[in-house]
Amino acid sequence: MREITYLQAIREALLEEMKRDERVILLGEDIGKYGGAFTCTKGLFEIFGPKRVIDTPISEDGFVGAAVGAAIAGLKPVVEIMFAGFLPLCMNQIINHAAVFHYISGGQIKVPIVIRTPVCLGMGAGAQHATSPIAWFMHVPGLKVAVPSTPYDVKGLLKQAIRCEDPVILFEHMQLYRKWNRGFVPDEDYIIPFGQADKKREGNDITIIGISLMVHKALEAARELAKEGISVEVIDPRTLVPLDKETIIKSVKKTGRVVIAETDNKTCGVGAELSSIITEEAFESLEKPVKRLAAVDVPPPVSLALEKHLYPSTKDIINAIKELL
Amino acid sequence: MIDDTQLDIEKLLTFYECMTKIRRFEEKACELFTRGAISGWIHPSIGQEAVAVGVGLQLRKEDFIVITHRGHGHAIMKGISLKKLMAELFGKKTGICGGRGGSMHLFDKDLHIVSSSIVGAQIPLAVGLGLSVKYNHENRVIVSFFGDGATNTGAFHEGLNMAAIWKLPILFVCENNLYAISTHVSTATAVENIADRATAYNIPSIIVDGNDVIEVYETTGKIIKQIREKNSGPYFMECKTYRWRGHAEGEMWELYRSKEEVERWMKKCPIERLRKKLLEKNPEISKVLRTIDEKISREIEDAVKFAEKSPFPSLTELTKEIYVEAQ
Repeated sequence: MREITYLQAIREALLEEMKRDERVILLGEDIGKYGGAFTCTKGLFEIFGPKRVIDTPISEDGFVGAAVGAAIAGLKPVVEIMFAGFLPLCMNQIINHAAVFHYISGGQIKVPIVIRTPVCLGMGAGAQHATSPIAWFMHVPGLKVAVPSTPYDVKGLLKQAIRCEDPVILFEHMQLYRKWNRGFVPDEDYIIPFGQADKKREGNDITIIGISLMVHKALEAARELAKEGISVEVIDPRTLVPLDKETIIKSVKKTGRVVIAETDNKTCGVGAELSSIITEEAFESLEKPVKRLAAVDVPPPVSLALEKHLYPSTKDIINAIKELL
Repeated sequence: MIDDTQLDIEKLLTFYECMTKIRRFEEKACELFTRGAISGWIHPSIGQEAVAVGVGLQLRKEDFIVITHRGHGHAIMKGISLKKLMAELFGKKTGICGGRGGSMHLFDKDLHIVSSSIVGAQIPLAVGLGLSVKYNHENRVIVSFFGDGATNTGAFHEGLNMAAIWKLPILFVCENNLYAISTHVSTATAVENIADRATAYNIPSIIVDGNDVIEVYETTGKIIKQIREKNSGPYFMECKTYRWRGHAEGEMWELYRSKEEVERWMKKCPIERLRKKLLEKNPEISKVLRTIDEKISREIEDAVKFAEKSPFPSLTELTKEIYVEAQ
């Protein structure tokens, strides 16, 4: 076991899978010598060259479509979309092609692509770069959606995404790239199967379901509340499609109280779906209504003075928990 | 029509048979559509058969084609059986995609047929197939079919640029049939010849009479040989042609074009032109043509019977194969 950062974990996953399987290629803007806008692919061009680490033109619709075509023909393309805010540029190829081809071809065609992209709130990136569109993709049958929060999770889930035969969208978060996000990762090869939530902290009084960056805020809140004798359980679903409903429902049945914290907007966000599932499947176990904490329903402004209020803070989570107890 | 063709009569008869097969298949499909037997829409290519046939006969089994909503002809030329195709149009379980794709979404893994019904989206897909073929050093060609309307999408321009910078083995075939549904090419496209657009991406191009199967065939042959043997990168072929019927069957094409215009183009029928040529070469050949016609009629009858008798997919098919790997 070594302690590495989230960024290092991404690089290791890509490096190891490219070594393991010659069919794996990388596509994206400035991912070659430049190493990617956030250095996620740093060093890979030097090892694998331009044939496998392909710098693309600024043509998201085009190169995601090309990735879909290459996947149909047997390659395993991993695409970097520089900011999650750029996903609308390639929605047609993701939604109308990658997601549906296996089904509409009667099971003949496979599209094993991975799209990695960071949500970028926290640096004043603004309304076109900083958005968190995770829930959009949960709505689309045929796609798998991963939201790793720790170095261990991102390495294991990215490796699994690359080995998977289905199209996967893997959401990273720019704030998760920062140096504080370190964690232990095994020396040996491992993967994390999709659809297995991780109980990041065991507790009895209340359940917090945290998505991506919000897992860490939830853990911070839980540590604070422990000092007051409140026992908080933190669940990280790790993949939203497929979703480990069993772990979530089991926790809800134990605590009877739920807070969901996410980086998407509240309206039709991830929490909307999760809370619906909880009310459908564990209504009688609920002591209080499910509480959703999400980004404020506004286009992310650039001013840091405003932007810092967009996501739920640790304090917001603490207050929400206290409200429910 | 190329008059000095060196092609033997057997080849010309093959052209005749293939074009007639597509024509009769689509005529029958239109009739069945009107009777309500077909799921979804159909977009007949009647009048444009020379392109599918002239290009299709130059391809090998391992080559890829990427086709559009108007793809029956190309799919037939790549080897899809009329039975499986008709069954797919009917939405039957025995169709090429088990009834889930229908006319606009034809796939065959073994025949290397990929499609999209989203205009223009086929072009990046072709780029990806080309990328894979080049990556694996395979001697395969990708043919990307699309209409004039597709060349106004961003996907077209992004795709051509990538094909050129990565020097991929792709033949882009634009079937310029003058209309994107009701919109005439002159009101939607800033260039007179769509082939000019290839120049902007440093892709060599040629314009052919898309109603002349011999010209399409011979031109395609030269281009594909160059792509295959010299690794010369992408090529662009604009085929000037015309669809006789509406954009989709049942549509009111009278709203945007005159009867006279349609009739003018019908006089340039690719099948009739070839028939004339064959009869000029040998007046006795009408008997052979009749035999071919009869054979095709039987084949189509069999296809319809097969489709009619086939079962619809069962309800369990509705939620199968959404993912390759079960959740």
